[in-house]
Amino acid sequence: MAKKSKVIEREEVVVRFSGDSGDGMQLTGSLFSFSSAIYGNDISTFPDFPAEIRAPQGTIGGVSGFQVHFGHSEVYTPGDNADVLVAMNPAALKANLEWLKPGATIVIDVDSFDDKNLAKAGYKSNDPIEEDNLSSYNIIKAPITTMTKNSLKDMGLDNKTILRSKNMYALGLVFWLFNRPLENTERIIREKFSKNPEVAEANIKVLEAGYNYGVIIQAGTPSYHISPADIRKGTYRNLNGNKAIAWGFLLAAEKSGLELFLGSYPITPATEILQELSARKDLGVKVFQAEDEIAGISTAIGASFAGDLAITTTSGPGLALKGEALGLAVMAELPLVVVNVQRGGPSTGLPTKTEQSDLMQALYGRNGESPLVVMAASSPVNCFDYAFYAAKVAIEHMTPVILLSDGFLANGTQPWRIPEEGEFPEIKPPFVEKPAEEWNVYERDPEKLNRYWALPGTPGYQHRIGGLEKDFLTGAVSYDHHNHDKMVKIRKEKIDRIADFIPPLEILGDEDADLLIVGWGGTFGHLYTALEALHDEGKKVALAHFSYISPLPRNSYEVLKKYSKIVVCELNLGQFASYLRSQFPDVVLHQYNKVEGLPFTVAELKDHFNKMLEE
Amino acid sequence: MAENTKQAFLQYKSDQNVRWCPGCGDHAILNALQKTMAELEVPNEDLAVISGIGCSSRLPYYMNTYGFHTIHGRASAMASGVKVANPKLQVWQITGDGDALAIGGNHFIHAIRRNIDLNVILFNNQIYGLTKGQYSPTSKRGFISKTSPFGTIEYPFRPGELTIGARGYFFARTIDKEIKLSVHVMKAAAKHKGTSIVEVLQNCVIYNNNTHQEITDKKYKDDRTIVLEHGKPMIFGKERNKGLILEGITLKVVTIGENGITEKDILVHDAHCEDPTIHLKLADMEYPDFPVALGVIRDAAAPVYDECAQQQIEEIKEKSKIKSFHDLVTTGDVWEVK
Repeated sequence: MAKKSKVIEREEVVVRFSGDSGDGMQLTGSLFSFSSAIYGNDISTFPDFPAEIRAPQGTIGGVSGFQVHFGHSEVYTPGDNADVLVAMNPAALKANLEWLKPGATIVIDVDSFDDKNLAKAGYKSNDPIEEDNLSSYNIIKAPITTMTKNSLKDMGLDNKTILRSKNMYALGLVFWLFNRPLENTERIIREKFSKNPEVAEANIKVLEAGYNYGVIIQAGTPSYHISPADIRKGTYRNLNGNKAIAWGFLLAAEKSGLELFLGSYPITPATEILQELSARKDLGVKVFQAEDEIAGISTAIGASFAGDLAITTTSGPGLALKGEALGLAVMAELPLVVVNVQRGGPSTGLPTKTEQSDLMQALYGRNGESPLVVMAASSPVNCFDYAFYAAKVAIEHMTPVILLSDGFLANGTQPWRIPEEGEFPEIKPPFVEKPAEEWNVYERDPEKLNRYWALPGTPGYQHRIGGLEKDFLTGAVSYDHHNHDKMVKIRKEKIDRIADFIPPLEILGDEDADLLIVGWGGTFGHLYTALEALHDEGKKVALAHFSYISPLPRNSYEVLKKYSKIVVCELNLGQFASYLRSQFPDVVLHQYNKVEGLPFTVAELKDHFNKMLEE
Repeated sequence: MAENTKQAFLQYKSDQNVRWCPGCGDHAILNALQKTMAELEVPNEDLAVISGIGCSSRLPYYMNTYGFHTIHGRASAMASGVKVANPKLQVWQITGDGDALAIGGNHFIHAIRRNIDLNVILFNNQIYGLTKGQYSPTSKRGFISKTSPFGTIEYPFRPGELTIGARGYFFARTIDKEIKLSVHVMKAAAKHKGTSIVEVLQNCVIYNNNTHQEITDKKYKDDRTIVLEHGKPMIFGKERNKGLILEGITLKVVTIGENGITEKDILVHDAHCEDPTIHLKLADMEYPDFPVALGVIRDAAAPVYDECAQQQIEEIKEKSKIKSFHDLVTTGDVWEVK
């Protein structure tokens, strides 16, 4: 008589799929997270892949991973460490040991644990379990390759196609671990391979075989159950940060009545925005794949001059190349959004890894006094909101805006609630309203200080602008020293006044906290999760997370002054902390920095904050 | 009638004082451009004049049109953005040999390759004027300047060759002071759909005076240049007795009436032919071996980027079920949370 299997009721679980970069781990992870989201769990995902398209097979450098964190309550990060690891080969096991929770379940494809692969992964013996001292883990040794071959042996497929579907066997097995139905995944597989039904059926057959293997071996193997999360009502879909940015601009174009123009050059990890908008010709998007980064921004500036909502997308090295043209947009006072999806630097750095080290470049990386707006998204799905608001600020205040995202936000996914009608405001371009005879090219809105926009093609409003200093009123070239001084100051004042149009800085957690955590951009999920964990331990902590960096929210100083102990956490050597010090010299700021190309872990943050609380 | 043309011409002048050096070739080019616009009767508001950096690039300030004086080398890219954003505008790019062929070389060749409908006027004076006299990418090998006191050791670009090498479909050449010829080629450039390159042999009176003199001087001009006209035989010379023939695969200068050569033997210019082989040979002709070719050297038809971009958008809009932002976000894998 079989023993009854244990079912573990859990609040949240982290699953990591890991294999060779050609093993289909990204697809496997996406299918699993979609199914969890439909089931009603809140999710957060993060893919982790090498820069090489197909790194040497079987080596640690070639390991590609996809982590999914899903829970009964809201989740804000993809999780530090995994409860379940799927390792398709010895390298995947070796590369991920560091990221496992104690007692985690490890699914391995024993067929791939041969001498050759073990050696490639750097194992000295033929028993990695013994060698890495893994006896305290729950290891499921599944003959995934053999079983996949067996289940497809009568379908007349070639060996390559058969081996390619072994990721579905692993996925089936994980579905069994979490008691998940297969229907949604089967439907998606059929849609994905609609032109090749034979491959679709093969994948589904292997998926079911994997699930059934779970049923058969269940004696002694725990199975997890995560109830659906309590999530705000609405219609949802999964969205990653890059797609969210592209879609934010589409809504901004609709809300402003402007046509959308993107001038861009492919660069990791920002390329997906260019690809997504290239596919949106049905919504009239004009996409110009330029010959280089400079042409990307230059075509966008040209399009802005002509009256489009113009954007350019890039990553750190590209932003460096765009610096001079950004200065032109500052001088010409034209709306422009530059998206910088940050990656590890300097130079080519770590193209597929995340970092926050372009902040100073965004703020100051241009010649002359060249103020502009800098904003930062803080979660994959709010990339949508910040893209929208970056466009709104750029247009309504006639200024370039740099929107910072990062590799972590770009590739991470979360369920996104589709906004309802009226949730986002209209965008009102400041077109010239005065008769042409009375209008001067650089006269300004008295409140916002923006100049007005006159579009080529409009009779009577012909005018010339350019990168030479402009006369305060007429916009004619002026070398007058008093005029230059006035213009430098008014360009700065125009940006400063935007603080009146952005939301104040919010405090999350305890108002009267003993420790204020300060963050900005993509680290929000980890910082907030750490705050919640400390709160559960009865500690008094608060979080002030900045999304508007230039200008800072009006109440920034007031908020910071309230706390005696403040720690600024960022994935660089302290750029935001330095910036805050330059703005508020009397505020004492501690720093917590990490520059490993990886997000923070909640555990390391908790440890550090606890230490600070004890000091 | 003359009075009307004068009025029409003045309508394209801005209120700014022209600040080029007295005697600079740029003044004549500006006049030719304003005359071209007057003759074409383009409404001022439909004109966008985009420039980079350099003496020539100040030109937009002197035009009563929409104008943008951008940054060094990037005018082709800026102008491409303007044209793609609003294809109804007639876009002129004003540039020089440094701006277009040195710092902006990449954008220049890619604008041509894409065949965006831009009219590019390239002021070629073979020198950097605004920075006061350094050699440029069109300076002749051995040219002595402030940065080449012992002569340059590099070959120059030939703008026509570069244009054709980048798959260009329009190339013309004129001389700054030949306003009539300039108006003629500028009008042809405006009418040509796609990127049109007009090279103007321009004189920098301060730093490279008389650089084109051996070709452009009235005394020798007729013998040392040839004005090409589509459909006409390639005849030149004060006596109109010299011509070009093809010998094997090379051009040769012949004299009509000598060695049995008659007018019938002279090549007839076909600017519209798609094959650029002869156009390249004509564009590359240099004195003293050959007369320098002026006029429209190449004017062939090809698909135009901005038109195709617009067309593709219209086609996809027609076909796609997604008509709005709402359609986009609600299509595909969505689920309800109740």
